[in-house]
Amino acid sequence: MELPKLIFKKNLDFPERLFNFFATVTGLTIFSFRFLRQVFVPPYDIAEIKKHMVELGVKTFPIVSVTGFIIGLVLALQSQPVFARFGASDYLPGTVALSVVRELGPVITALIFAGRVSSGIGAELGSMRVTEQIDAMEVSAVNPFKYLVVTRIIATTMILPLLTVYVIFLAILGGYIGVIISQGMSFEYYKNSVINAIQLKDLLPGVIKTFVFGYLVGLVGAYKGFTAEGGTEGVGKASTTAVVLSSLLILLFDTVLVKITLWIWPG
Amino acid sequence: MARIEKIKIENLTKKFGELVVLDGVSINVCEGENLVVFGRSGTGKSVLLKCVIGLLKPDEGRIFIDGKDVTKLKTKELNKIRKKTGFLFQGAALYDSMTVRENLEFPLRRNFNFTEGEIKEKTLRALDLVGLGEAIDKMPSELSGGMRKRIGLARSIITEPEIMFYDEPTTGLDPLTAKEISSLIRDLQNQFQMTSIVVTHDLICANIIADRAIFLVDGKIKFRGTIEELKASDDIFLRNFFSQEIITA
Repeated sequence: MELPKLIFKKNLDFPERLFNFFATVTGLTIFSFRFLRQVFVPPYDIAEIKKHMVELGVKTFPIVSVTGFIIGLVLALQSQPVFARFGASDYLPGTVALSVVRELGPVITALIFAGRVSSGIGAELGSMRVTEQIDAMEVSAVNPFKYLVVTRIIATTMILPLLTVYVIFLAILGGYIGVIISQGMSFEYYKNSVINAIQLKDLLPGVIKTFVFGYLVGLVGAYKGFTAEGGTEGVGKASTTAVVLSSLLILLFDTVLVKITLWIWPG
Repeated sequence: MARIEKIKIENLTKKFGELVVLDGVSINVCEGENLVVFGRSGTGKSVLLKCVIGLLKPDEGRIFIDGKDVTKLKTKELNKIRKKTGFLFQGAALYDSMTVRENLEFPLRRNFNFTEGEIKEKTLRALDLVGLGEAIDKMPSELSGGMRKRIGLARSIITEPEIMFYDEPTTGLDPLTAKEISSLIRDLQNQFQMTSIVVTHDLICANIIADRAIFLVDGKIKFRGTIEELKASDDIFLRNFFSQEIITA
């Protein structure tokens, strides 16, 4: 099935914007089906997937480390006076941990990942498209979708959950520092409060949804890059729209997944 | 003995929206023959090549390679044909995240079951043929325009294709390098007995490479014959085109 062609020009009017919106939704759906059809077909390009996973992990590691730690720290600092006002300071560690595990950790990591990775994939594949490297692959009887797109989507889907677990850990650590600064608490007490507060039904949905977010980041970046047109301007556009679209989709899917999670594990 | 028809294009038409780029083009290329496609920029020369190799779907017409209609083939069958062909892109289209070695090894590793020793031998031989053995571990960004074209050529011929397509092989190169690349193409074709279609507007390149030429104007063939016949044509448009080419050269 052919991907719908977007309208590439400056100053699009409303009907053209609407057309591009529906063409993008259709394109992403076709791209998604193509991925699902080709992901189980050999060759599997394990080495290429590993290479992308390492690259993506290294690329995002510093920024998610800093962000993860600061989320926990600021959350604890901001919440402490409110909890103290209601005489509930003992609940602070558990609340910080639950917020980070259920929502903040997965979503913020995914949004940072989208900003860093989706644009990168969009720009890389976009530049390959406009310099005919993707055509060169096709004429040498290599399936560029399989080699360039499938490997990247698998890599983003696999690496984001790992990064999220790491961010959650750092955020909880940051939360401890925040609690020490604001009210003072032994590490043992903090640790036990966190462990008692978090159950598998909190951790599991949070991590599982990051597989979906990772998939979306890879899918959107690859789609925007693979369908880029119009030289270097088109590459820039592919890169920026990939970030915007993948971030929006992450938030949209998060809402849906939260509803599903609460339906499966109420309370 | 009659020569075998390797490529046959019948009534090829390609439009982009309202714009008719190719309008009923018919061409035959025999085995071992080098056909040069001339024309001004934007007359559909590159589109013609992309239709032949299956990168673009024609709106009308049929394209046969070795008797098989590529416009009707499924990807799997089309890839069998593609494995017998090579394509040199205008900008060489080297994979810029790979070294020269990896660029050359890529089609061998993906499409054939060669041993490591065979891959190494073929890579070195291809680089040797284009005279760039020393560039093996360089990245494409470290190469000049002429070197990129040579490496692109080495990558295209590494699988020893029966058919070669060249899209503006000398564009953007100085006249001396253009001449060197053209001579290299001719030498390689003599050596491997390849059939080829060369898209160009460079008369020097055509003089060296062409057995036969066609001239495209507004998506239609305005002339077909040898280069000498083309240069001797009384047609004012062709005379103007070639006098400009000679002045530029």
